[in-house]
Amino acid sequence: MSQLVLERLRARFGEKILQTSSFRGDDEAIVAPADWLEVATFLRDDPECAMNHFIDLTAVDYPEREPETPRFDLVLFVRSLVKKHRIRLKTRVREDQGVATLSQVWSGGDWTEREVYDMFGIKFDGHPDLRRILMYEEFKGYPLRKDYPINKTQPLVEYRDVGPSKLAPFGGDMGNPFGRIDWLQRLGGANRQVSPAIAVQQGQKKTLSSGTEEKN
Amino acid sequence: MEPIEEYEDENSLELPAEPMRLNMGPSHPAMHGTIRMVLDLDGEIIRNVDVQPGYLHRGFEKSCERGTWSQVYPYADRLNYVSPMLNNVGFSLAVEKLLGIEVPERCQVYRVILGELSRITDHLTCNGAMAMELGAFTPFLWMIKVRDWIWDILEAETGARMTHSFGRIGGMAKPPRPQLKDDIRAILPQVERVLTESEALLIRNRIFIDRVANVGKLSQKDALSLGITGPMLRATGLEVDVRKDNPYSGYETYDFEIPVGHQGDTYDRFMVRLEEVRQSCRILQQAIDRLADDGPINVSDPRVILPEKEAVYHTIEATIAHFKIVMEGVKPPAGEVYSYTEGGNGELGFFIVSDGSGTPYRVRCRPPSFINLKAAEVFLRGEMIADIVPAFGSVNMIGGECDR
Repeated sequence: MSQLVLERLRARFGEKILQTSSFRGDDEAIVAPADWLEVATFLRDDPECAMNHFIDLTAVDYPEREPETPRFDLVLFVRSLVKKHRIRLKTRVREDQGVATLSQVWSGGDWTEREVYDMFGIKFDGHPDLRRILMYEEFKGYPLRKDYPINKTQPLVEYRDVGPSKLAPFGGDMGNPFGRIDWLQRLGGANRQVSPAIAVQQGQKKTLSSGTEEKN
Repeated sequence: MEPIEEYEDENSLELPAEPMRLNMGPSHPAMHGTIRMVLDLDGEIIRNVDVQPGYLHRGFEKSCERGTWSQVYPYADRLNYVSPMLNNVGFSLAVEKLLGIEVPERCQVYRVILGELSRITDHLTCNGAMAMELGAFTPFLWMIKVRDWIWDILEAETGARMTHSFGRIGGMAKPPRPQLKDDIRAILPQVERVLTESEALLIRNRIFIDRVANVGKLSQKDALSLGITGPMLRATGLEVDVRKDNPYSGYETYDFEIPVGHQGDTYDRFMVRLEEVRQSCRILQQAIDRLADDGPINVSDPRVILPEKEAVYHTIEATIAHFKIVMEGVKPPAGEVYSYTEGGNGELGFFIVSDGSGTPYRVRCRPPSFINLKAAEVFLRGEMIADIVPAFGSVNMIGGECDR
């Protein structure tokens, strides 16, 4: 049924569709990374395709096929609400190569692209907020790459109560005069202000109880 | 004391009006333990919200890449742990699609039965927990009581209350017990009763309705663009259900309806889930009448199904076949397929890539919770801070599936 979509894509883009295949009822088209955004937008806007329902975006890592073929398969799944057909769109990207973001085409692309960046390290050009999503900020490496050993350990993360980088994308806290930590100052390079107990340990602050001992 | 005359013009006083940054979760009872939300508040109005999942990440997809295909089942159980059987069935169907085999009809009916039981537990948990977070404790207890009776059936059937690991490639671990039909016939009136009773307590309750109606509205266009599926999408009024659109396991032969909402608010999501429990009961009624008392439960394919235990002990061929399947695993042909089923929260998809060996090359789970959760950033903007609890509860975010 979604063969129609493949034919439509071939008719519209011709040479730009590098390969099409249908395996066990899944229809797939492969495009170059440069055409990724254009083909995706066409899939959404063309009345014959009408792929307005975003399904999923993920990647597969094939390190052994480098350098002939780029390492990552970026796979997009979309579906049409009205026509009920589905298609799998694929592109092949290298490790250092960025690919255009689809988050403006389908807003579901936002988090799934962040996840692909988090797990595979593929950069999305023009993504509004490309942070790690499942892992934490200080995580080293990209866990779903094949060259990431499953038993690899990670370095210990330095103490932080709330780091500026982990904050939400809408900037540092401009208000809240009752807060314990002055974020504006800290972002400006002021001394680390830590929780009272840690400050005592690090000698930044005197313990309150030492007052009685000094009397003696 | 300062003289009061100094403050004679109250309008000249400036109240602090900066937005306030509030951190909600991950250790917050309404965040289900695993979600952090950073809120930008203007008084009680949410101006901006950043939802941060990931606190329950266990590396599901990475772990799958080092065992055999059958060893994925225990991990799949722990994705959506309030309806683990749906994950088992979903993964089975994915590998079977790659292998190009189809299970016998008895097994399909059996999978429908177990899956619908799981769907009932899923929706009862979500609705019960949502009501409890709004202070209605009694419906929660009633729904959890029935859920536990259903889990008793599943425990008798599979041996485990939650983490069944009961699916197999090309069938199920065991044929159904003879008492299964009677157990389900006994439980269905109870489910119906608790639904009616909870409805009487909740949907005629002014406090509950005020907290959920017109809260957390999601438009159809937003929902589609975000990739929302399942009860959340149906609450916006779109009749989308994988069981109807792309039927699997013989769902096209069952008589059931898809409940839809009107405007995609929290109330609609609540009601869609309640009605879906009724529809699941309808499917169960038809399925238990259809379940054959005997017949094969597994495909008769020696490449994927373990030989009979009796034969393993007494013949060398069966011993070798057993050894090969256990040690090397089932070997699907090289290729990639995407198989999708209707899970508790929406489309549960598995995109699996095989290189022809007994170990998965890549198992991608399309997690409905994760993709639905993104909608919270959209529909919470502009709401009051107290609305987070019911609206987020109606997303039915399951940490195991969202963070994998």
